[in-house]
Amino acid sequence: MADVLRFRDDAAADEPAVSLDAFLDQTNAVSVRIEAGDDVRRLAPVLDRLRLVEIDFPKFRDGRGFSSASILREMGYTGEIKATGDVLVDLIFFMRRCGFDSFAPNVPLDPADAEAALNRYPYVYQHAADAEVPIWQLRHPELANG
Amino acid sequence: MYKYDQYDDAMVRARVEDFRDQTRRRLEGKMTDDQFKPLRLKNGLYLQLHAYMLRIAIPYGTLNSTQLRKLAHIARTYDRGYGHFTTRQNIQFHWIKLEDAPDILGELADVEMHCIQTSGESIRNISADHYAGAAADEIMDPRPWAETLRQMTTFMPEFSYLPRKFKICVIAAEEDRAAMRWHDFGLRIVKNEAGEIGFEVYPGGGMGRTPFIAYKSSDFVPQHQIFSYLQAVLRVWNRHARRDNIHKQRMKILVHELGEEEFTRQVEEEFRHILTLGTDFPQAEYDRIAAYFTPPPFETGLPEEIDRSDPDFAVWIDQQIAPHKAPGYAIVNVSLKPIGGIGGDITAEQMEVVADLAERYSFDELRVAHTQNLVLPHVRKADLYAVWQQLRDAGLADANLDLVTDIIACPGLDYCSLANARSLPVAARIAERFADPAVQHDLGELKIKISGCINACGHHHAGHIGILGVDRKGTENYQLLLGGSGAEDVSQAKITGPGFDEAGVVDAVERAVNHYRTIREPGERFIDTYRRVGMEGFKEAIYG
Ligand code: HEM
Ligand code: SF4
Repeated sequence: MADVLRFRDDAAADEPAVSLDAFLDQTNAVSVRIEAGDDVRRLAPVLDRLRLVEIDFPKFRDGRGFSSASILREMGYTGEIKATGDVLVDLIFFMRRCGFDSFAPNVPLDPADAEAALNRYPYVYQHAADAEVPIWQLRHPELANG
Repeated sequence: MYKYDQYDDAMVRARVEDFRDQTRRRLEGKMTDDQFKPLRLKNGLYLQLHAYMLRIAIPYGTLNSTQLRKLAHIARTYDRGYGHFTTRQNIQFHWIKLEDAPDILGELADVEMHCIQTSGESIRNISADHYAGAAADEIMDPRPWAETLRQMTTFMPEFSYLPRKFKICVIAAEEDRAAMRWHDFGLRIVKNEAGEIGFEVYPGGGMGRTPFIAYKSSDFVPQHQIFSYLQAVLRVWNRHARRDNIHKQRMKILVHELGEEEFTRQVEEEFRHILTLGTDFPQAEYDRIAAYFTPPPFETGLPEEIDRSDPDFAVWIDQQIAPHKAPGYAIVNVSLKPIGGIGGDITAEQMEVVADLAERYSFDELRVAHTQNLVLPHVRKADLYAVWQQLRDAGLADANLDLVTDIIACPGLDYCSLANARSLPVAARIAERFADPAVQHDLGELKIKISGCINACGHHHAGHIGILGVDRKGTENYQLLLGGSGAEDVSQAKITGPGFDEAGVVDAVERAVNHYRTIREPGERFIDTYRRVGMEGFKEAIYG
């Protein structure tokens, strides 16, 4: 899978991902594929057996996957979240912030373009699923515990 | 006024370099316009009929003289010597060359300005009451909240590809001077019984082809939870909006389909969850930002009297001045609606005159109103005559605020590739028809708003009289609407009946106005008379 850009050190789950309904039915599945309209909150009871969530972008104009990834991280999921489908390189910086940690788009990303896109912005204005410290917090080091 | 620190500056500069790189790839042919389009649209660059159009954000409509001089410089250097203020308090340049765009962004960054999120499916520039910080009737200056929200909504990761654009407006007075309830997310700052500051929230408004007036989803969101509430609204919409039809993806459609009650319920559920994440900014950051908006050092003991011995000046004073919170001061409205001219257009030379006036007489501050006029917010009454003289010499002293010739019009077929019909010439013909100052004055407040197509950039849904350009068998045709309002008495205009050609619609407006003049009761504005007698009361006069 040379066409995957991955930001994790653990071994990738090698089982093919199944649909959300199938995943909820099969008690031994570890990989799930989330379509744009799926409600990831349905995964809440089974998070502990989940190792890979593939979130599909049917077209780059469909931004529902950004919320799906954010919600998964808010629920405490720490496994892999992979973006598939129509993924724009100019948006992967924001996808990383929502908790995506691997990318396997239909059209493979150019590594140099991806590198540039990921390093574009020196700061962030708000909290997200990553560990980035928002600008307002940098401005107030006295609030470091927050 | 807010000042960038090293962080704000670094973010804006990063965006400039990013865009420079994307533009280079496009100019070298490494990208098609199709691929480039979503990128340039994140930066306010539209391809129009004749050239590229660049939309520059003017956050909450506030500018200083340095910024306005920079806009004059851009008009002269990269455009044809003028710019166009829009109904969302932004400015547009209509004759931009693609290869110049990155340099323009660089020049803007030098004066703490940008084009970030001024187009595309993003959280747009946040608008506010253009009298903010000066109005006698405000609870507080709404701009610290607008600025805080501007920062928090810049490059929000989860909302990188919203279903559609999202427009926020913040006001802090009973009177709504900013068409707040025609936005996707309207906020009115209020005080509760305990004296605490919070927000009334109005989601789901919008114009376009399916207009909706925003409804109230909450009477009071405590001030430091407003960012969480906003995230909840955005998330509910982002997750549940349709994605199959671009015309049905605005949040107003989801609100309509779910119903207000169900939308509110979902937002509240998400809101409770998001509050637990602790993503709101702290008081200390709010205080830091608010400190930039402390009132300027108003002088005390100033005279209240205005010498009205010059009759032309007296006429202007009566129309263009609004009450200021500080004694001895006034708010000055500068009309960009000369009779027969293009509303909202301003030349580089005029920008410089207004910039000088702002610097000399208004604590270096000026505002852009959604009515496409400018405002000098803090002028000593004693200086009004001098200000008026200089405006008059620059052709900026029309006395028509909120009158029949203070028309809002979109660029229409003269510039816009989506247009069905021209808007600007219709506005000019109507203004000429009612040019006589005595007639205008007699008619009183009358808001005419014109859009060249159903997208409603000219706010025709909110006009006391609205005009909509439609395409009828390949010829330009206009529908007439009556009864809209963008103010606190908000309402949506209704179509009168069959459409007209250009000359016909001007005549129809005149007939409607004459009818009003005949049947009005003392003290009634056009809109009041319309509301009293209804559409039927006007139809006969219009169609005969
Ligand atoms: C000339 C280039 C322009 C283009 C291509 C353009 C395009 C559009 C489109 C497609 C919409 C409909 C969006 C929707 O319903 O979701 C829209 C709405 C709007 N535009 Fe423009 N526009 C242009 C210029 C302007 C100007 C000059 C103004 C201000 C005078 C303006 C202000 C607005 C406003 C207020 C709306 C309605 C927002 C709403 O639906 O709530 N636009 N525009
Ligand atoms: S209303 Fe239509 S014609 Fe007018 S600017 Fe908007 S898109 Fe263009």
